[in-house]
Amino acid sequence: MRAAEPRRLGAVIVASFMGLAASATGALAELQGNPEDGAVVFQKCKGCHQVGPEAQHRIGPHLNGIFGATAGRHEGFAYSKAMQRASADGLTWDLGTLDAYLENPRALITGTRMSFRGLPDEQDRHDVLAYLRQFSDSPRDIPEAVPSAFAREVDLPPEVLAIVGDRDYGAYLASECLTCHQSDGSDAGIPSITRWPTEDFVVAMHAYKRQIRPHPVMQMMAGRLTDEEIAALAAYFQDLD
Amino acid sequence: MTLNRRRFLGATAATLAAPMVQAASHGRARVVVIGGGAGGATAARYIAKDSQGEIDVTLVEPTRMYYTCFFSNLYLGGFRELSSIGHSYGTLAADYGVNVVHDWAVGVDRDARSVSLAGGATLPYDRLILSPGIDFVDGSVPGWDISAQNAMPHAYKAGSQSELLRAQIEAMPEGGTFAMIAPPNPYRCPPGPYERVSMVAHLLKGINPTAKILIVDPKEKFSKQALFEEGWGAHYPGMVERIGPDFGGTNVSVDPMAMTIDIDGAVEQVDVCNVIPAMKAGRICEIAGVTDGNWAPVNPHTMQSRAEENIFVLGDASAQGDMPKSGFSANSQAKVAAMAVRGALTGSKVFPAKYSNTCWSLIDTDDGVKVGAAYEATDEKISSVSSFVSQTGEDAALRKATYEESLGWYAGITSDMFG
Repeated sequence: MRAAEPRRLGAVIVASFMGLAASATGALAELQGNPEDGAVVFQKCKGCHQVGPEAQHRIGPHLNGIFGATAGRHEGFAYSKAMQRASADGLTWDLGTLDAYLENPRALITGTRMSFRGLPDEQDRHDVLAYLRQFSDSPRDIPEAVPSAFAREVDLPPEVLAIVGDRDYGAYLASECLTCHQSDGSDAGIPSITRWPTEDFVVAMHAYKRQIRPHPVMQMMAGRLTDEEIAALAAYFQDLD
Repeated sequence: MTLNRRRFLGATAATLAAPMVQAASHGRARVVVIGGGAGGATAARYIAKDSQGEIDVTLVEPTRMYYTCFFSNLYLGGFRELSSIGHSYGTLAADYGVNVVHDWAVGVDRDARSVSLAGGATLPYDRLILSPGIDFVDGSVPGWDISAQNAMPHAYKAGSQSELLRAQIEAMPEGGTFAMIAPPNPYRCPPGPYERVSMVAHLLKGINPTAKILIVDPKEKFSKQALFEEGWGAHYPGMVERIGPDFGGTNVSVDPMAMTIDIDGAVEQVDVCNVIPAMKAGRICEIAGVTDGNWAPVNPHTMQSRAEENIFVLGDASAQGDMPKSGFSANSQAKVAAMAVRGALTGSKVFPAKYSNTCWSLIDTDDGVKVGAAYEATDEKISSVSSFVSQTGEDAALRKATYEESLGWYAGITSDMFG
């Protein structure tokens, strides 16, 4: 029992720290829907749409592979002029566009033939999207497949921000950089990021975050860092021996 | 500002850390890591480095020289020497104080918290990290089992298998056929089989330009498909043929003695046959009782096993959600697990998990492409939140820069793993 107790306490503390972050960002559960609940929501769609191994076009097109697909491109389905126009404009279905379409179909595509008044409840939309996501390419198998969860602007609570200046936090954040950038400052193929003046580092990272600098890996990495985290990294790498 | 922050930090650290310290009755807390690849070596190094002697870390890995699976295709293509992808554990032992044990882990006693080794030793642990990579699913390619790996190599664990496959390709008769039986999802390194086809094509183009490559594939689609197909058409026209599920790719068997493959009833004689079977978590996960089906489910926030909170599972063996099974993923997951383990055992701070992955592939000389994504932990799974992929039609300078970037990444991740 004595051995078990500290371990359980540790888990509780980890969980409560996660809780801190979650409370400031909105519940983490909202980050993605629940596919099982989504299967129930999908009952509302079933009159017109099929999905799954045997799915066929009915009144509406089947929904296999919809994530990542350009709108209105299924062979053998007669789309409305409005959907064809959206297709020509390059509308691609992902969590964001599908969420908007499901909330109010006519707001996204005026003249769509989908005579559905929409799902006003955000959780319903997230759930049904999580359900449908299972019938498109999995990012596990095809990493370039469209994301399965909404990206969120990480909005760290003051408790976490307060420890940003801490070396432990900088070191943890930096460990992600060190998969590619070498801590000894070698720069073959991938630039060195050690011993940069802090301001240059911060400016460069914000330029990636705002997608002014073009490198896709760095845009992705910087895109999920807050101002405070960028500052912490700059401080960490400036002093790295 | 700094003062305020520091003052706050003191308070936060105290409230967070104080209750977390493990009251280990046996002195230094002990962590055993099984598997010395991208997950295990990284976890061992980070825990030893960051705990500064507070945690006793033992790494169990059968091989003294570890050959990375990533970049082993470049060896097949003639772009790397095998020795350049081999790594020893000397620095982890000497500079980080990791106890490196070259042995097979054959048993896990979860109640006693100990690991037994083939050599007879028993290793007690407070936390156990399993990072054993993959094993193959028996019977997934009828006619093939592990005893046929000399006739029909898998070369999906690097080292002698890679050497064997390359020697077989070099010995092919003029105009002969190299066949690959591609694996079903999910498997280690989604673009790996197709990068391999590119590298084999590159090798054959130089030594046996009329040879053919036949891919038998149970999957409809694969990662970077448009990029690979564009590259094969441009660099190796007419050499590569792929039979997908519509034409019998799911109904294949092999005869390693006769060197034939049977695709939906049509028998083909081939000269080299690279069988990449269906995969599952390395066997120690099953032994430890942490698998559900073929893989070991984990808590997305920490990489802790869903079955046992003292056990963490990293990399290919884990079922975590959206991250592909790759060395980069395993390395990324190892840092989250290392932080969680230290937090539990020494009271160090634990921050929200961050995960990412990038996979580079080489199609031909100076023609590199990449795919990547960022991930966040939700309670259900690790979810992808953004992704990118190289585009078809990119200019040669960008492709060359991408290849050079992959070389830099290799140097970076291997020094992150092995010190």
